[in-house]
Amino acid sequence: MQEGAILEMRGISKFFPGVKALQNVDFTLRAGEIHALMGENGAGKSTLIKCLTGVYPKDEGEIYMAGHDKAVTIRSPQDAQNIGISTVYQEITLCPNLTVAENMYIGRTKGSLANWRKMNQGAGKILRDLGIPAAPNQQLSSCSIAVQQMVAIARAVDMDCKVLILDEPTSSLDEQEVQKLFGLMRDLKAKGVGIIFVTHFLEQVYEVCDRITVLRDGQLVGEYVIEDMPRVLLVSKMLGKDLDDMADIKSESGTAADMSSTPVLEAKDLCSNAGIKPFDFSIHKGEVNGFTGLLGSGRSECVRAIFGADRVTGGSVKMDGKDVKIHKPLDAMKSGIGYLPEDRKGDGIVGDLSVRENIILALQVMKGFFRPFSRAQAEKFADEYIKRLEIKTASSDTPINSLSGGNQQKCIVARWLLTDPKYLILDEPTRGIDIGTKIEIQKLVLQLAAEGKSVTFISSEIDEMLRTCSRLIVMRDRKAVGELSGEDLTQSKIMATIAGGDKQ
Amino acid sequence: MKEKRSNESFFRRLTRHQLFIPVAALLALVLFNLIADPSFFAISLKENSLGNPVLSGNIISVLDNASELVLLAIGMTLVTASSGGQDISVGATMAIAGSVILRLVCGGQVSADTMQAPLFLAVLAGIVVTMAFGAFNGALVAYFKIQPMVATLIMFTAGRSIAAWINNNQLPFINDVAFKYAGTFLPGIPVPTPVFITLFMILVFWLVLKFTNLGLYTQAVGINANSSRLNGLDPKKIKLLTYVILGACVAIAGFIRVSRSGSINYSRIAENIEMDAILAVALGGNSLGGGKFNVYGSILGAYVIQFLTTTLYKYNVPSTALPAYKAVVVILLVVLSAPVVREKLSRMKKSSAKAAKEVA
Repeated sequence: MQEGAILEMRGISKFFPGVKALQNVDFTLRAGEIHALMGENGAGKSTLIKCLTGVYPKDEGEIYMAGHDKAVTIRSPQDAQNIGISTVYQEITLCPNLTVAENMYIGRTKGSLANWRKMNQGAGKILRDLGIPAAPNQQLSSCSIAVQQMVAIARAVDMDCKVLILDEPTSSLDEQEVQKLFGLMRDLKAKGVGIIFVTHFLEQVYEVCDRITVLRDGQLVGEYVIEDMPRVLLVSKMLGKDLDDMADIKSESGTAADMSSTPVLEAKDLCSNAGIKPFDFSIHKGEVNGFTGLLGSGRSECVRAIFGADRVTGGSVKMDGKDVKIHKPLDAMKSGIGYLPEDRKGDGIVGDLSVRENIILALQVMKGFFRPFSRAQAEKFADEYIKRLEIKTASSDTPINSLSGGNQQKCIVARWLLTDPKYLILDEPTRGIDIGTKIEIQKLVLQLAAEGKSVTFISSEIDEMLRTCSRLIVMRDRKAVGELSGEDLTQSKIMATIAGGDKQ
Repeated sequence: MKEKRSNESFFRRLTRHQLFIPVAALLALVLFNLIADPSFFAISLKENSLGNPVLSGNIISVLDNASELVLLAIGMTLVTASSGGQDISVGATMAIAGSVILRLVCGGQVSADTMQAPLFLAVLAGIVVTMAFGAFNGALVAYFKIQPMVATLIMFTAGRSIAAWINNNQLPFINDVAFKYAGTFLPGIPVPTPVFITLFMILVFWLVLKFTNLGLYTQAVGINANSSRLNGLDPKKIKLLTYVILGACVAIAGFIRVSRSGSINYSRIAENIEMDAILAVALGGNSLGGGKFNVYGSILGAYVIQFLTTTLYKYNVPSTALPAYKAVVVILLVVLSAPVVREKLSRMKKSSAKAAKEVA
């Protein structure tokens, strides 16, 4: 083992039927460092983590830990925990119906008797130390997602781990919570814990990490010290190509929508049971606009009201100047609206069904119960969009579950493109997916607009919105507080409007 | 090397195929009987009590007696897929269907020598009634969000009393040969009628699954109701629909059952059949948690269960001891079909293949 190393993985390979998920990958983690593991979706990050934590058996290679003479065998997450490797996943893997304290101690009590008082006290102390706003005896499901995430980290920290793996822990946290998490990571680093940090956010990598290991297509690209690695170079390493693509996007968005025509969709005083204040909204043919605002500001609730995903409680909607009644998603779909929901896993994909079935689902439902597509027709549709959107899948028969996040998202995009909507709503289509796919989706949005479709694009990343939208509606506290277009579309102006002040 | 990989994946694909367990179980039972006593498979032509020549033998008896279970398994598969739970009231509602049919054909009398109402109407009434009870169960599950097993516990408890109440607590008996055609033999045809009814219903479901979106919708709703709703489906309606379909299956199963004897015993008719129906679904490789399903797996599962029962009877296992034997077999099958064990097995095969290669 190398000097100072706490964990070494040598020549790790993992094969899935038809796919080489990992090929001969090396990875070294030193004590007291935060090490970013980066790569596009499907690069093998998750697979490497799962081989390390015993979720998957590795097919080849060896894992060495400091303090063990020989290579360690890790057959289960329990094994990994026992030798000091703890993991916090992107998705919460705790039990929502247990209390916070129970979640922190579950599976760790010796014997069958639990000392509840001691457990609650211990949990309370850790929560206080880490500044996590949760009570030990509170039911986990009553905490926000961010707090649940932090409880998961608290659980890992309390297990006295040497290696802590954070798999996309920040994707559901707001800026403040991210800072709190980083504080916690730096504390742990000072205590000599090695942290593997998997994320898509470049900013965050440069903020806390010491080293970066880049994977691409299941292979190791290299390990770099952060100071020697400018961002542009890192991105090109991850993509395996030069960055001209990124610069191109803005110049392509020259197509201006005809704002004097009748809007494709016009909503007046629309509100729903999700608690948003009545808002007005319109979009024209060929226009790309967006809702922006902080997490929980009501961005998603607005578009859900338009699509009929929440119960509409008031207001009117016109499409092409004609009144339409949208009570449920099917009404919206029949009026030519498509909606990619924010929560890909919970609201988007239908997990065990195949890529093909997922792609044709919306169009099939519109066609009707008694008129199923023939297998050949469905396959034709699926193959067409797999090719057009470059979806990486073994076949159209593969369960969508086994695809990477970005490719799952592309399938959902394909589902709606297949219905040929006049108006497409994309709510956070780029969350949790790799840079390459992000750019592809942004390009696609502009391309759709050029074809005369209208698109509403929502993203937490403001520069992404700036790159694609020609008009932004700013939300604050579940209320539309401003609209920006033209020269007002700058980062600082948006920030100012989000922050508000109501002085002007 | 490449050849070998595809070989391995063939093994894996075989052991992981959804129908692997029911087919393997069926083959094991066939093999056991072939070795123990090949005469098990003998089929002979005998005269029945009406003097008609009919086929008789264990295989015929399996095909005949499995009929009710097969019908229930089909409906149960859909209910399981859409709602992630099971309807435990099917035995009780079979009693209701049987009771309704007997009440109509006996014209409200305790016994009748000829049918007092057209059989067609009586069966239709039975179907409508059990579909209504299915709708009741389905509404509790879909609209009131009660767990399926709890929701159907109501009819499980009340069903047999309702069945008795329909006939004023009397035990009607019909002595009309024509009524028993459906449960025994049609004149001149040596194969039991339930076999044809079952085949017909399997055909109907095959057509329904082929020419409607029932399969896709049910699975989508069972896997992810939220996402289904955002794709324009109404998950509640679809759940309700599956319970109503199960209701129709229950009625036909109930009809076959009362048609076998022309009478009904409210507390004993189709007793514990709900458990066998659920077991058939599980044996067919379907997840009892809902989602993806394979209705042919469940059908096969139902036949395996009946095959097992008949085999045990053949070896004079007393009927009181039968459940214990069944339990042992069930444990074996369920353990073997558990994903953990399958994973282990396919890995064992892999390493032994590797070892063989090294020796060579």
